[in-house]
Amino acid sequence: MGYLLRLFFYGVLVRLVVLFVLGLNVRHRERLPKRGPAILAANHNSHLDAMAMISLLPLRLLPKVRPVAAADYFLRNKLLAWFALNVVGIVPLNRQRTHDKEDLLAPIAAALERGEILVFFPEGSRGEPEQLAEFKTGLARIAERRPDVPVVPVYTYGLGKALPKGEWMIVPFFVDIFVGEPLHFDGDRIAYMERYRHAMAQLALEEKHADWT
Amino acid sequence: MSLESLHLWIPPSVLWTFGAIVALLVVATIVVALMRRGDAGKHVELAARVNSWWVLVGVFAVALLFRRGIAIGFFALLSFLALKEYLSLIPTRRADRRVLFWAYLCVPIQYWWVWQQWYHMFLIFIPVWAFLFIAMRMVLRGETKDFLRAAGTIHWGLMTMVFGLSHLAYLLVLPDGKPAVGAHGAALLLFVVLLTELNDVLQYIWGRTLGRRKVIESVSPKKTVEGLVGGALTTTLVAFLLAPVLTPLTHTDSIAVGLMIGFGGFLGDVTISAVKRDIGVKDTGTMIPGHGGILDRIDSLLFTAPLFFHFMAFFYF
Repeated sequence: MGYLLRLFFYGVLVRLVVLFVLGLNVRHRERLPKRGPAILAANHNSHLDAMAMISLLPLRLLPKVRPVAAADYFLRNKLLAWFALNVVGIVPLNRQRTHDKEDLLAPIAAALERGEILVFFPEGSRGEPEQLAEFKTGLARIAERRPDVPVVPVYTYGLGKALPKGEWMIVPFFVDIFVGEPLHFDGDRIAYMERYRHAMAQLALEEKHADWT
Repeated sequence: MSLESLHLWIPPSVLWTFGAIVALLVVATIVVALMRRGDAGKHVELAARVNSWWVLVGVFAVALLFRRGIAIGFFALLSFLALKEYLSLIPTRRADRRVLFWAYLCVPIQYWWVWQQWYHMFLIFIPVWAFLFIAMRMVLRGETKDFLRAAGTIHWGLMTMVFGLSHLAYLLVLPDGKPAVGAHGAALLLFVVLLTELNDVLQYIWGRTLGRRKVIESVSPKKTVEGLVGGALTTTLVAFLLAPVLTPLTHTDSIAVGLMIGFGGFLGDVTISAVKRDIGVKDTGTMIPGHGGILDRIDSLLFTAPLFFHFMAFFYF
């Protein structure tokens, strides 16, 4: 039942919004992971970000695909928590430690252990629409724990225009999604984040995008 | 299954013309296959373009053949896609996000007038009502920086992608008022769309084979005088031959319409080229392999559709 609901949500509703109301220009689709475990690491501007990326993957992978999302935001009330966990299928992540020993990345490690494909936003929150915030080092910490798992940089443009933070009405825009080459951990967190930042900057340069102010 | 059992709303002349288009595509496919013989890496773009033509003709045929309502809905969808491509391409202001929502809402409303055959509203809704409403909505938001540019670009999009294109759909209801003229809306629509797209192809072929002198280099460096004139004249010849099959046009008028589509199509094409050059992109999108975006394919129609419509409305209806 839960899975059917999820299949309807992603297979019908999300695809209707993402592929028809919006519309995707995808480049380098062949670089997307064919199976888990893997991580899609993207810039974050909108609730639609994860939806758009999950629409890129075939439906047969759906049981294995989950967005990593903030527990404090998505589990803040019962109804939203039910929807986030059962329909959207998030991996909830606490952004702040509640006690010293808490391993914040444990849920992600467990999901990768189950062979899942995770959608992850290194910026940590949506921030100002169509503006890049600082990438946090959580991504490097995950890569350090699982150096075998490919991390695929994904650059998106337009989703923050279609549905920015604080808005509820979707306005149609074509969305660019550029997929980068998978990154692998090489032993240094700072250098790893630098490589990720560079890959994202290169993807952003593939098309000229007007500022949105 | 006989043709009658399908309850098509179109006349046989439209079916015959579609048959001729399919024959033309078969020839084009064979020619391209021969050109690519021995080396699959040759003419990849051309092959993709011919393949896309098959899909476009198929979609257009399905949209047109069955019911008038389906056909009108198809053009509403086309306007939506074209407007979306345009508004995604141009710089828009964050303050206008909801204004753009209202602009999108003009699409179903405009096509509703078409379906209702409310000619007066069809003509003034976007030039008057949407024009004033969008300006009001923008000014009440209070953002004055780049106001004129934003108001101008949004309205330009509505005029071309919604108002201009909806003329194609109005052809479908046009003859209802005066059945004595003996023209079928679907036949008129097929006539202008076929000639416009054929004109694009013919200008390309003439330009590639004989093109020497640039016609408007700063906008579109590949367009040549030979392509333009050769294409337009060939289109006029086809218009002259096809007019008796699909339209009530007299011989003289069919030549005038052929020239109008030939040169009007060119102007629509280079107008969208100018927009793309202004923004700094090569194609308007990636929806149609080998062609680019929706706008790259329908650019010529933005001019020829209203021109042909008002020629017909003035002289025949």
